[in-house]
Amino acid sequence: MIALEKRPEPSRTFSLAAPLLAVLATMLFGGLLFALLGKDPLEAIRTIFWEPLFGEFAFFYRPQLLIKGAPLVLIAIGLSLGFKAGIWNIGAEGQYIMGALFGAGVGLAFYPMESVFIFPLMVLAGAFGGWIWAMIPAVLKVKFGTNEILVSLMLVYVAEQFLASMSLGLMKNPEGFGFPGSRNLQQYASAHNAELITGSGMHWGVVAAFIAVIFGYVLLARHRLGFAIRVTGDAPRAAAFSGVNPARLVLFCLGMSGLLAGLAGVFEVSGPAGQVTIDFNVGYGFTAIIVAFLGRLNPVGILLAGGLMALTYIGGDIAQSKLGLPAAAIQVFQGMLLFFLLAFDLFTNYRLRLGRTEVA
Amino acid sequence: MKFTKRQAAKLLASAAFAASFAAPAFAQDDKTKIGFVYVGPVGDGGWTYEHNKGRLAVEEHFGDSVETVFVESVAEGPDSERVMTQMALDGADLIFTTSFGYMDPTINVAAKFPNVKFEHATGYKRADNVSTYSARFYEGRAIQGHIAGKMTKSNTVGYIGSYPIPEVIRGINSAFIHARKSNPDVQFKIVWAYTWFDPAKEADAAKVLIEQGADVILQHTDSTAPQAAAQEAGNVVTFGQASDMSQYAPFPRVSSIIDDWAPYYIARVQAVKDGTWTSTDTWDGIGAGMVGIGEISDAVPAEVKAEALALKASLADGSYHAFTGPLNKQDGSEFLAAGATADDGTLAGMNFYVEGIEGEIPQ
Repeated sequence: MIALEKRPEPSRTFSLAAPLLAVLATMLFGGLLFALLGKDPLEAIRTIFWEPLFGEFAFFYRPQLLIKGAPLVLIAIGLSLGFKAGIWNIGAEGQYIMGALFGAGVGLAFYPMESVFIFPLMVLAGAFGGWIWAMIPAVLKVKFGTNEILVSLMLVYVAEQFLASMSLGLMKNPEGFGFPGSRNLQQYASAHNAELITGSGMHWGVVAAFIAVIFGYVLLARHRLGFAIRVTGDAPRAAAFSGVNPARLVLFCLGMSGLLAGLAGVFEVSGPAGQVTIDFNVGYGFTAIIVAFLGRLNPVGILLAGGLMALTYIGGDIAQSKLGLPAAAIQVFQGMLLFFLLAFDLFTNYRLRLGRTEVA
Repeated sequence: MKFTKRQAAKLLASAAFAASFAAPAFAQDDKTKIGFVYVGPVGDGGWTYEHNKGRLAVEEHFGDSVETVFVESVAEGPDSERVMTQMALDGADLIFTTSFGYMDPTINVAAKFPNVKFEHATGYKRADNVSTYSARFYEGRAIQGHIAGKMTKSNTVGYIGSYPIPEVIRGINSAFIHARKSNPDVQFKIVWAYTWFDPAKEADAAKVLIEQGADVILQHTDSTAPQAAAQEAGNVVTFGQASDMSQYAPFPRVSSIIDDWAPYYIARVQAVKDGTWTSTDTWDGIGAGMVGIGEISDAVPAEVKAEALALKASLADGSYHAFTGPLNKQDGSEFLAAGATADDGTLAGMNFYVEGIEGEIPQ
């Protein structure tokens, strides 16, 4: 007989060990999958986890980890605030798009003027774009009791339509021979979110991600608002009695996560991506949900989880190219990571009993 | 072009970056290494599938003297830039980037690796080490349009557009012009899917069109989902897109446009091996074999098939151009005078419908 028994108290050890166990189990079963595909499993795992960090061309991949991880961390920090309080913003992808559109819109409006004020204005506009897009589900929830999960998710598709419309119409590059897509902001010095040190991968979005981690940590650990967020998630009734205003909390959590997603969008569009295009969004807003949970909704955990996700993306692409692994196998591998995390997470609150269970 | 101080500094930095890579790129064995960057999965049955067939043809043709690598489902933008850089770092001599959205990333990476050759499909930006290539798919659309006009009983042809870009609009115009020639009562209904490959969205688009009375469906998206939707409906004609999609022949798929990249890829690899590679702009059609017309099945009446094949022959030998006047634009203004043909510049940037098509190009 195998039975699950609820622990009297959540296990702190397991809470910390679950992500590590999940990574190990993923390596094991992922390796098995790769072996079944006829690839050397050790070589594949080594390529995914080792090559980007310590391989021959690590000098190129390490900065890429920052570029790929920064938007994930920035968005996930914002999401984690709401998730902790039981406020579910699933539409960060849409807020990310709107941030990029607002930011790029400001930049393109000033073209070809050169001024040091343009980039800061774009950042503000991007933050505003993400924030206002998240305020739609927030206000609807507060005023009319709508479900923020549905509203925020549906607004992703609305944002995608805006993105397509902007790429094909208002923001289309007038020198682009009728092809969709805006001017490349990388070629417009005042609007370019360039690397702060060439070759380092360190652009303003990466800086913002690190600041967000610190901000998230201080807020949750030291600030009264952080206390309100935690207590609302753990015991909503107790929170109400202790004077937490649930409406204000909804507005804050959704607004803040939208703002950070918007920032991620504007830093991406003005930096690594460079252009408003129809396919600008590549799912950072959704992947960030995984990152937030993989990081246990803890700012430092999210930082590590963002790095790990970025590693599997970059290492996965290297494995495709070098070993001929199919993209689908890499995606299964990433899926395993979340699956095992959820599985091991169970043991934080439950323990396994082998043998006979005692009759209560 | 004027360089700001900052741009000049960046240029210098990228030159240093390039110099640090030059050594590993040369320290390769004599195998020619060729990289392919794909926008979809190799099993999409359409666009990427055909590029991958081209890659396999290169391997077969050159045997052990080449090594090919590929990465599939690469998002356009910074991810593609990283994948290309990675291939160049790993010693690729020639890299094919097979989606329009890879244009700026290709140019960026090419600037950092002056010794690596790049080939970008369907774009318009070139450099000393970047060529562009594309196929005149609109020639195949003309044949599809002709057959569609003859096959429709409801006089309604459905068209699944991917993105409203010149490439796709050109195809719609070409198909419409020739559908009207073979059937003056035909109407087009156009649905924009905003994707190159998404079986679920494509199936939805096909179903919407069928519900609106379309009994012929043309698609500019890459999956076989519309074929499956048509098969389910029972009496709807389709055409294979990018690939033959012959698993749906003889009906609903009655013919197809096939992209055949193999001859071009083999020629370009040979040029790299011979040291004769130069930056070029290639736009080939049926005549050069880059666009193939899949077998016209027996579901098509014999005389229609004969007309379609005659049209194909005239497009192939250049005696007929798919855009020959008199043609008007949608707003009624003149596009081409009688007997005039569209030049490549006009075709490349086509952003208007011809007269008779209803609806507007989304902005």
